[in-house]
Amino acid sequence: MTAMDKARPAGESYFDHDADIGIIGRGATVEEAFEAAARATFALMTDIGSLRGERSVSLEFEEADVELALVRWLNLLLGLSHEEGLIFGRFWIERDGVCWRGGASGEPWRPELERGVEVKGATLTMLQVRQTEAGWEARCVVDV
Amino acid sequence: MELTRLKRIDEWSWTVPLAPGEKRSEVKLYGSRELLETMDDKVLQQITNVARLPGLVGPAMTMPDAHWGYGFPIGGVAAFDPDQGGIISAGGVGFDISCGIRCLRSNLELPQIAEFLPSLARELSEKIPAGVGEEGDLKLGIPELDQVLTGGARWAVKRGYGVPEDLDFIEERGCMSGPVPENVSAVAKKRQRGEMGTLGSGNHYLEVQVVDRIHDAAAAEAYGLHEGQIIVSIHCGSRGLGHQIGTEYLVSLAKAASRLGITLPDRELASAPINSPEGQEYIGAMNAAINCALANRQILAHLTRTAFARIIKGASLETLFDVSHNTCKAERHRVNGRERLLYIHRKGATRAFGPGHPDVPARYREIGQPVVIGGSMGTGSYILAGTAESEQRAFSSASHGAGRAMSRHQALKQWRGRQLVDELAAKGILIRTRSMRGVAEEAPGAYKDVDLVAEATERAGLARRVAFLRPKVCVKG
Repeated sequence: MTAMDKARPAGESYFDHDADIGIIGRGATVEEAFEAAARATFALMTDIGSLRGERSVSLEFEEADVELALVRWLNLLLGLSHEEGLIFGRFWIERDGVCWRGGASGEPWRPELERGVEVKGATLTMLQVRQTEAGWEARCVVDV
Repeated sequence: MELTRLKRIDEWSWTVPLAPGEKRSEVKLYGSRELLETMDDKVLQQITNVARLPGLVGPAMTMPDAHWGYGFPIGGVAAFDPDQGGIISAGGVGFDISCGIRCLRSNLELPQIAEFLPSLARELSEKIPAGVGEEGDLKLGIPELDQVLTGGARWAVKRGYGVPEDLDFIEERGCMSGPVPENVSAVAKKRQRGEMGTLGSGNHYLEVQVVDRIHDAAAAEAYGLHEGQIIVSIHCGSRGLGHQIGTEYLVSLAKAASRLGITLPDRELASAPINSPEGQEYIGAMNAAINCALANRQILAHLTRTAFARIIKGASLETLFDVSHNTCKAERHRVNGRERLLYIHRKGATRAFGPGHPDVPARYREIGQPVVIGGSMGTGSYILAGTAESEQRAFSSASHGAGRAMSRHQALKQWRGRQLVDELAAKGILIRTRSMRGVAEEAPGAYKDVDLVAEATERAGLARRVAFLRPKVCVKG
């Protein structure tokens, strides 16, 4: 078992999909669920617990549809990660009506970091953001 | 898959009868009973959804290697007529636009290079950037990236990657027409700055293979193949640029569909009419991504040749063929005796033009287009030839790979990467990777039996088997 397999912080989990991988983020608020979904996504690429928060990025977007907001949040993070040559391990997001403002911190890839599988993007498949008795849950399939 | 819902047409093809009141086009699934039984029920659900899209011509089809995808199933083929409200779907192309396989044939035979394989594996793994977070040596500014998007493999050859003869054996002669770099976002272009000439991860690979078995001697001769010969296959696509285009247009086309009154049975089938501004915008961006993929594989072919030359004196690698399997292309096909311009979505499916087709390179025209079914790293791959009957059966389409038989999560529970690498080494297959997790996810046992897929492809008349290739070295991302 690799460090990546062991290091699965609370709030994140996965579900099966033939070719790709389903990610789930849970939290007390929709924002916490989105943050957990981002951790689940980036934990597929490396052991995010071993990352240093050397650099941070910020982002904002407008989206009224909360499910499309999840997809846009994850894909903006993936885009920024590639653009800046960074791998992220910490995430934060706030919602103000249709406006979403967030960010992430991490570091450039270094040889010692364990390599998982590259996430190409978040899809609309099995996409669901819902409030349950236990809190919020955000899920979708990511293409790897 | 529960076969009770299906009706058998013949031994190698099936359909799904309409339920009372159900409105959709025909669905056709190619494959043996054994292959279909192992497919997830969601394949059937997804291809039935495709059959509900407007402007579909002929059936919505799955190839024998089909598995559950997003929107379209992987291994899905569907043709749309722009003059009948036909649509273009980002989910019908996939995120890795123009993912495909470049096949190189060598002047080498296994016995003469067997002793060099460990050195070759090391050289290839050092020179081919592979895996998450890896960038290539080539860094491009936006203006030159725009040239990549319009020039494809031709741009790469001009830059000194490979030789002009390569272009004769690449689909579209190395350059897709109709790219619109302006339709590609700045983010997508920035993502690609360091990713030209990189392999990626997941199911992407570079394999050194040996021709293990010839099935069709005449076709093998035309393709320049013989038993014992060393072949190289490079499986990758349009990298970050294609992924970004896919993600951006998936959302914008989903919104466009809603605005244009297209009822989507699954939001992932995000679509717009081909003749709409939204549809044309995506097509321009997708064509640019196809050129990005063609250039990427051209650079990787060059890097492969350089690595071979360093290790094996006199090594020569010619392009056998380069074929994409995540595309939507405008093609002319005969339907009920009339030639029509159709947009053929092939998501995880290979174009397979038959003998005499003008787009098949002159050297292969009498035989048909080379088709590659990439297998898992522990089993093998097939080279096939397009058939005349594939035109009527599947708009000249065929399988693209072994197809997954289980999820990555299940594979991780069942295998350990290190153990697999050791077991394959004991069988004479050298795996070079930076991701043991990736190796476990891509375990040979996680895939369908490639022999069954290739046989079903042939028996269904989609393409005929020419040669079976056995892996010797596999560089994984």
